Amino acid sequence: MSTFEGAALRRTALYDEHVALGGRMVPFGGFEMPVQYAGILKEHDAVRRRAGIFDLSHMAQYELRGEGVAAWADSLTVNHVATMKPLQARYNIFTNPRGGAHDDVLFYRLPDRWLLVVNAGNATKMWPYLQDAASGRDDVRLESHHGSRALIAVQGPRAVEIVAPLCDVDAAALAYYFCAEGRVDGVPAVIARTGYTGEDGFELFVEGADAPRLWRTLLERGAAYGLEPAGLGARDVLRLEAGMPLYGFELTEDISPLAGGQGWAVKLAKPDFVGKAPLLAQKEADDYDRIVGLVLEGRVPARGGYAVFSGGERVGEIKSASIAPAYGNKNVATALVKKDAAAVGTPLDVEIRGTLHGAHVVPLPFYKRGT
Amino acid sequence: MAQPEGLLYSKEHEWLKVDGDIGIVGITDYAQNSLGDIVYVELPREGQTIKQHGSIGVVESVKAVSDLFTPVGGVVLETNKALEADPALVNRDAFGEGWLYKVKLAGTAELAELLDPAAYETLVADGGH
Repeated sequence: MSTFEGAALRRTALYDEHVALGGRMVPFGGFEMPVQYAGILKEHDAVRRRAGIFDLSHMAQYELRGEGVAAWADSLTVNHVATMKPLQARYNIFTNPRGGAHDDVLFYRLPDRWLLVVNAGNATKMWPYLQDAASGRDDVRLESHHGSRALIAVQGPRAVEIVAPLCDVDAAALAYYFCAEGRVDGVPAVIARTGYTGEDGFELFVEGADAPRLWRTLLERGAAYGLEPAGLGARDVLRLEAGMPLYGFELTEDISPLAGGQGWAVKLAKPDFVGKAPLLAQKEADDYDRIVGLVLEGRVPARGGYAVFSGGERVGEIKSASIAPAYGNKNVATALVKKDAAAVGTPLDVEIRGTLHGAHVVPLPFYKRGT
Repeated sequence: MAQPEGLLYSKEHEWLKVDGDIGIVGITDYAQNSLGDIVYVELPREGQTIKQHGSIGVVESVKAVSDLFTPVGGVVLETNKALEADPALVNRDAFGEGWLYKVKLAGTAELAELLDPAAYETLVADGGH
């Protein structure tokens, strides 16, 4: 199992590439990762208008094999697994017995196995949790490739022009949230039309040893399309604009998928799964605090943890916040607020350094591509 | 990288340009680069009396809030209004158009403890602490 708490930070196969590109390295999920290269807003702009390339090798990649995987995974998660088509990818959430989110993940159904990608920061709990859940079963076999497999994402409207010509499969014909096994620039890869930026794009799963050359090839090829390396800072702004949750903020062990705004992924008609009863009860009572989108009226940015008020009464707190270049450069945020304060249009106040600043609830996401 | 001459520097990465009994204050290029994209600057009020090294505002980047300390005490004469609409001026021109405020200096004794360009460069080369 991989541990990092109190242990030395790990490096991905692309560490030297990041340093050579001037990446500012910070600890994230147990790894030293680039938070930015040229600047968060510049990188954000590249992804929204052209393309950006990200190293996501810190995320934990597990391979699942055996006849029982689909049913087993269905019993641990809120979304459907068994109904996934071959080569389909699907967002899902592992829940705890209280209905809280244990991790949010992606499943990829390959011809002979499943690929499961979990948050780097959750790998220390997820790997033992999965092993425990599969113990005693010979129809579910788990294999961790965390740290040894690399993951390179190319995201943005020009991504397809950069990636597809390097693939020996028709990557341009891949539908959103589908994948293929093939070669990219000659090396074996799972080529997936997935991402976490709200843009079209690809995620390329390759062996760590193959990653540096592929990274350089993509950067060289992508230069003509305006491709730029992008770090975790830009990724956070992009995913927030796109209304995608970040584990630890919009989803936690105490914030359920329903409360976290991911009710679309919760299939309560599924046979029993961990946390189903409390989720059913939560949905029926419909009285839970929930994640909403906020737009602040002024130029003062909100930050995670700031208190949110309605008519002088504290109704919740900010979870994520940023300036949103794709939303008129306004200060936006997600907040966990009481149901009564959650309707679109509700005026709220955010306390920033002792002063209340006006805001109002807006629908999520803040940004949808093509709009 | 040499630091601009004719300025004094604080260990908190502010610069001060002294012109008679008036000082102009900004943050250094090193500071703006460390902060990244600046999206909001909160400055003291005009007429406000500030004390040397006091926390008198904030600089907010996309990722973080940082306290702003003043390298000198005195009375704030003017703040840079251009930053309200375009805080990224601090990123683009930290030593020029991105100045923060002008202050009527409380006295010259406070200047003695500030750093000259060479001493500040040594601080920066040392990792900024």
